[in-house]
Amino acid sequence: MTDKTADHIALPEGSIEKKTNTLNLGPTHPATHGVFQNVLEMDGERIVSATSTVGYIHRAFEKIAERRPLYQIQPLTDRLNYCSSPLNNIGWQLTCEKLLGIKTPKRVDYLRVIIMELARISDHLICNSIVGVDSGAYTGFLYVMQYREMIYEIYEEICGARLTTNIGRIGGFERNFTPKAWQRLEDFLDEKTGYPAQLKEFENLFTRNRIFMDRTIGCGPISAERALNYGFTGPNLRAAGVDYDVRIHTPYSSYEDFDFTIPVGTTGDCYDRYLVRNQEMWQSLHILNQAYKKIKEFKGAEAEVYHADTPEFYLPDKKDVYTKMEALIYHFKIIMGETEMPKGEVYHSIEGANGELGYYLISDGGRTPYRLHFRRPCFIYYQAYPELIKGGMLSDAVITMSSLNLIAGELDA
Amino acid sequence: MALTNDTIKTRLTQKFGEALTQWEEPFGMLSFTAPKDLNLKVLQFLFDDDELKFRFLTDLQAVHYPNDKGRELAVVYHLHNLVDNVRIRFKVFTDIENPDVFSATALYQSANWMERETYDFYGVNFIGHPNLIRVLNVDEMDYFPMRKQYPLEDQSRVDKDDEMFGR
Repeated sequence: MTDKTADHIALPEGSIEKKTNTLNLGPTHPATHGVFQNVLEMDGERIVSATSTVGYIHRAFEKIAERRPLYQIQPLTDRLNYCSSPLNNIGWQLTCEKLLGIKTPKRVDYLRVIIMELARISDHLICNSIVGVDSGAYTGFLYVMQYREMIYEIYEEICGARLTTNIGRIGGFERNFTPKAWQRLEDFLDEKTGYPAQLKEFENLFTRNRIFMDRTIGCGPISAERALNYGFTGPNLRAAGVDYDVRIHTPYSSYEDFDFTIPVGTTGDCYDRYLVRNQEMWQSLHILNQAYKKIKEFKGAEAEVYHADTPEFYLPDKKDVYTKMEALIYHFKIIMGETEMPKGEVYHSIEGANGELGYYLISDGGRTPYRLHFRRPCFIYYQAYPELIKGGMLSDAVITMSSLNLIAGELDA
Repeated sequence: MALTNDTIKTRLTQKFGEALTQWEEPFGMLSFTAPKDLNLKVLQFLFDDDELKFRFLTDLQAVHYPNDKGRELAVVYHLHNLVDNVRIRFKVFTDIENPDVFSATALYQSANWMERETYDFYGVNFIGHPNLIRVLNVDEMDYFPMRKQYPLEDQSRVDKDDEMFGR
């Protein structure tokens, strides 16, 4: 358990009485799950101060995006939060659609909601089970991992890829969901054999586990006020007790049609973050069931719609490209990046798996963005890490890092 | 009573008069420009005012407009009022030769790394920042890579001729 009352020993570097040791945690430490470097000043096993260094996998996406047409930027967004790439993809599509003024049909919105909520589950289950792994419980991780596999199989059925999905297009999806995809979704949602049963078991293993509670309660806490000042969003902010969720505050992709609640915590420590994420997975399952039900209610031609009618930006079907003149022209124009976009400035944000994922896009009327900025939630709340772990044990620092759900790809962009 | 863009505009004009310009509402988000020596005063006013309550810094970044002499760099703030759920955006323009802008770190802890990132890529010198060093690029770098004078591809290459397709 964490005791945060220790007095700090502040003596100059190199003095004989200096009692602290410098410890390098990272950049390639197995416990940090990504490339993060933290230089810790240790007094025995207690952390006196910490300095974070980031940028080890910076890939200059914002600069690259200034030379790419809109549809070529989507694969870049995959590599931000690679535990939930579909969320980044769809967030980017929604940003483009806002700028281009494209209105998507209801069915497309619901299909997107399904994909986004699956992505949220796959991200949260990784995060929570990794907290388990870091506190010494490997079993839970293996239990839920096969259900992430099921989610990845659903992606695979829709877009052909698993991790960096590049799912969907501006305007909708590249193809309709196949019967097999729906079958896999049903298997996943099955109360008895699907994920709900597994999540229940996962909770039985962890939630009231004495060892897990002792390790996580009071570990890496943050108050609501500090969290807001540090720019926390998503589950980490909600664990501190602020009920801010972009899905409710500024609904996108028809989230206003769904009935769900925002779970909130109180103390903002690792245990509350764990509880909030678990509850969010239940809420996501609830949304998935509603969305699937709504999809089944579409009749006739409406039940086949999977993209908006925007030939200028939506890549046409390959069959049409070979047989129809118009489709061929649009195909050529889109692939060669010859479509001009309207002038404007747009900020759009979605509720990503670890916070508000924002896209700030400036277009000067050209073929590529004039400026594109990603608001990466990780980057913003990782600043608080030294404050969160100060005065705690080294092992608590490791749990705090995984419970913040830091993704190196998103942090460094 | 819900906070509307008109109310925000009226409140700000009452306080700062004609100093704030370029009022726009692209896609429903109120946006304006402030003189660069007023940026902290505007932020503070938006933070403290009981009606406005913009107390969450969503995002902070810079944009480079090389053709706009004397106003080459824009620092863009996105603020959010979480109680009334209203977002605004405001910009501060600065000369690229003398890119000094007051830092918002005293008001928002989150501005720390955002300003470091902005400095890292655009060279905006935030006055009052506690630790203004590069965050994503290597420390030895001696230029600001996101400025428009650094093209993404080597312009002297002759093996890639895209003239036919207009790029």
